[in-house]
Amino acid sequence: MTVAPAVEAVELAKHFGANRAVDGVSFVVPSGTVLGLLGPNGAGKTTLVRMLTTLSVPTSGTGRVAGFDIREQPNDVRRSMGLTGQAATVDEILTGRENLKLIGGLYGLSRKYVRETTEYLFDRFDLTAAADRAAKTYSGGMRRRLDLAVSLLAAPPILFLDEPTTGLDPHSRSGLWEVLRDLVREGTTLVLTTQYLEEADHLADEIVVVDKGRVIAAGTPTQLKDRAGQASVVVTLTSAADLDDAAELMRSQSPEVHVEPGSRRLTAKADGLGDMTRIAAVFESSGIAIDDLGLARPSLDDVFLHLTGHRAEVLPGADPTTQGVPQ
Amino acid sequence: MTATEIAPAPRRIRPEISPPTLLRASATIVWRNLVHIRRMPEMLLDVTVQSVMFVLLFAYVFGGAIAVAGTDYKEFLLPGIMVQTMVFSAAIVAMGLTSDLQKGIVDRFKSLPIPRSAVLVGRSISSLIHSSIGVAVMAVTGLLIGWRMRNGLLDAALAFLLLLLFGFAVIWLGIWVGSLMRTVEAVQGFMFTVMFPLTFVANTFAPPESMPSWLRAIAEWNPVSAVTQACRELWGNGLPASADAAWPLQHPVLMSIAWSLVLTAVFAPLAVSAFRRRSRD
Ligand SMILES: Nc1ncnc2c1ncn2[C@@H]1O[C@H](COP(=O)(O)OP(=O)(O)OP(=O)(O)O)[C@@H](O)[C@H]1O
Ligand SMILES: [Mg+2]
Repeated sequence: MTVAPAVEAVELAKHFGANRAVDGVSFVVPSGTVLGLLGPNGAGKTTLVRMLTTLSVPTSGTGRVAGFDIREQPNDVRRSMGLTGQAATVDEILTGRENLKLIGGLYGLSRKYVRETTEYLFDRFDLTAAADRAAKTYSGGMRRRLDLAVSLLAAPPILFLDEPTTGLDPHSRSGLWEVLRDLVREGTTLVLTTQYLEEADHLADEIVVVDKGRVIAAGTPTQLKDRAGQASVVVTLTSAADLDDAAELMRSQSPEVHVEPGSRRLTAKADGLGDMTRIAAVFESSGIAIDDLGLARPSLDDVFLHLTGHRAEVLPGADPTTQGVPQ
Repeated sequence: MTATEIAPAPRRIRPEISPPTLLRASATIVWRNLVHIRRMPEMLLDVTVQSVMFVLLFAYVFGGAIAVAGTDYKEFLLPGIMVQTMVFSAAIVAMGLTSDLQKGIVDRFKSLPIPRSAVLVGRSISSLIHSSIGVAVMAVTGLLIGWRMRNGLLDAALAFLLLLLFGFAVIWLGIWVGSLMRTVEAVQGFMFTVMFPLTFVANTFAPPESMPSWLRAIAEWNPVSAVTQACRELWGNGLPASADAAWPLQHPVLMSIAWSLVLTAVFAPLAVSAFRRRSRD
């Protein structure tokens, strides 16, 4: 017997007038795995999540969450999943603790359970000290964590997260990633949207790339990177004055060399380590001084560029040199 | 995320989820709205300080200039101003609903296994409580400056019940407007533009007899006038409507009930369908 998928989208579509925000999207998320919905602004990620979590009614198509049809059995769907939306939906006037009490009451959970779970979640999310403060005094990161704690109160087996780390500093972001990995270890199925390739790469087992309401690619992070083409050798010169000589030298070794004018960087298509060592050797004997030489595999950024024709957002605070290598 | 983090937690046992009934879910939302009022007592300014100011301004500034047959102006004024406060429930509910929609709180509620109408029922009840606090404050103010209920407990209570019933009816108007508008500021602007003529072109602050005849007709058919007249008669504040007044004012209690039902019948379906439509995207 096969295990029923945790989440399934079947030709889901949502049109706002002439705007086809989501235009026939299908995917399957096996139980216990992480799906990353990757796409630029306006791709339709939020609209997809809103339909799957029963907040928005599809124009056509349907979906299933925990085996329940989002159109026919919305209440069963709501009982089976948690949602952390793109904008934090905490009640700012209530304290952190009261926010959980409110949601606990609406789930019909016992007071004892809500009390104990609140302690547990606040401890885990570093909110204990702020538990009795009004949520409007929380920082953006704390609000996000409170929002997540609210979504986890009923220990949902399936969790939807819409851009969970947007607006967080790198420290909070990695903290949240850690929490999400823990949830996955516990068996939770995650569907998360992101504009950040690094995030999808880090967390997702399977990535669905959406653009303009349609799926333009799907697969594991590795599969997607393979699709973007070959690896390349990247050389950083000590002096920009050597750029032309270096380009000449590299063209003797590789059919395709890319020079960034005005920079000290050159990139050559390569098949693997063999090409890299050969290029290293010719530089060695030529006497052109280099600062760095290395093999770069295509990043998801390249995948993105390759698929959509435009670059994805770069994580704020991320080191730009680890993002894509020009081809 | 801190040093306290240890080995991966074992999967937490999924708790018993017993989706609440409409009543329980609404009660929880009312609790939440009342916590808001407790934390921000200034939310009550509109129905307390502002209303008391109205009572005092009208009673002492205009009071001398407005002649009312058969009674003191303060007696005449109090029921009118209480009805006005009840009508403001519509604005209160509309602003609360729009704010919750805008801040995504309604989305949060919608993602939970509760009857969706609980959002509206909870909002309505807390708005009625909000306005009732205002009515109570005004009753006390009135008693201090000489207003009295002269016809016994039963009639007095009936008048308060009529006020609540009318408040319930106008709340649908508030839900309708709240579901259609995008910002609290827009709701506020719109509601006050509607509420002021609605409560002034009536018998609330001055007897309609002194108005031009076309305006008098509007005032006398205004539902606000019927409820005001009903309260005046039940509390014994002044004379019954003049013999040439429009029919509703001759039968104010009956008409208060009828108007409440008519308003509900008109605005409840509009409100529910606007809220549903807003909830689909
Ligand atoms: N309620 C709505 N009414 C009309 N159009 C909408 C509505 N919600 C979304 N859209 C439109 O649908 C398209 C997809 O929006 P959506 O919010 O799903 O994108 P997204 O991928 O989540 O973008 P972002 O990364 O900016 O959050 C956009 O063109 C947006 O303008
Ligand atoms: Mg979005």
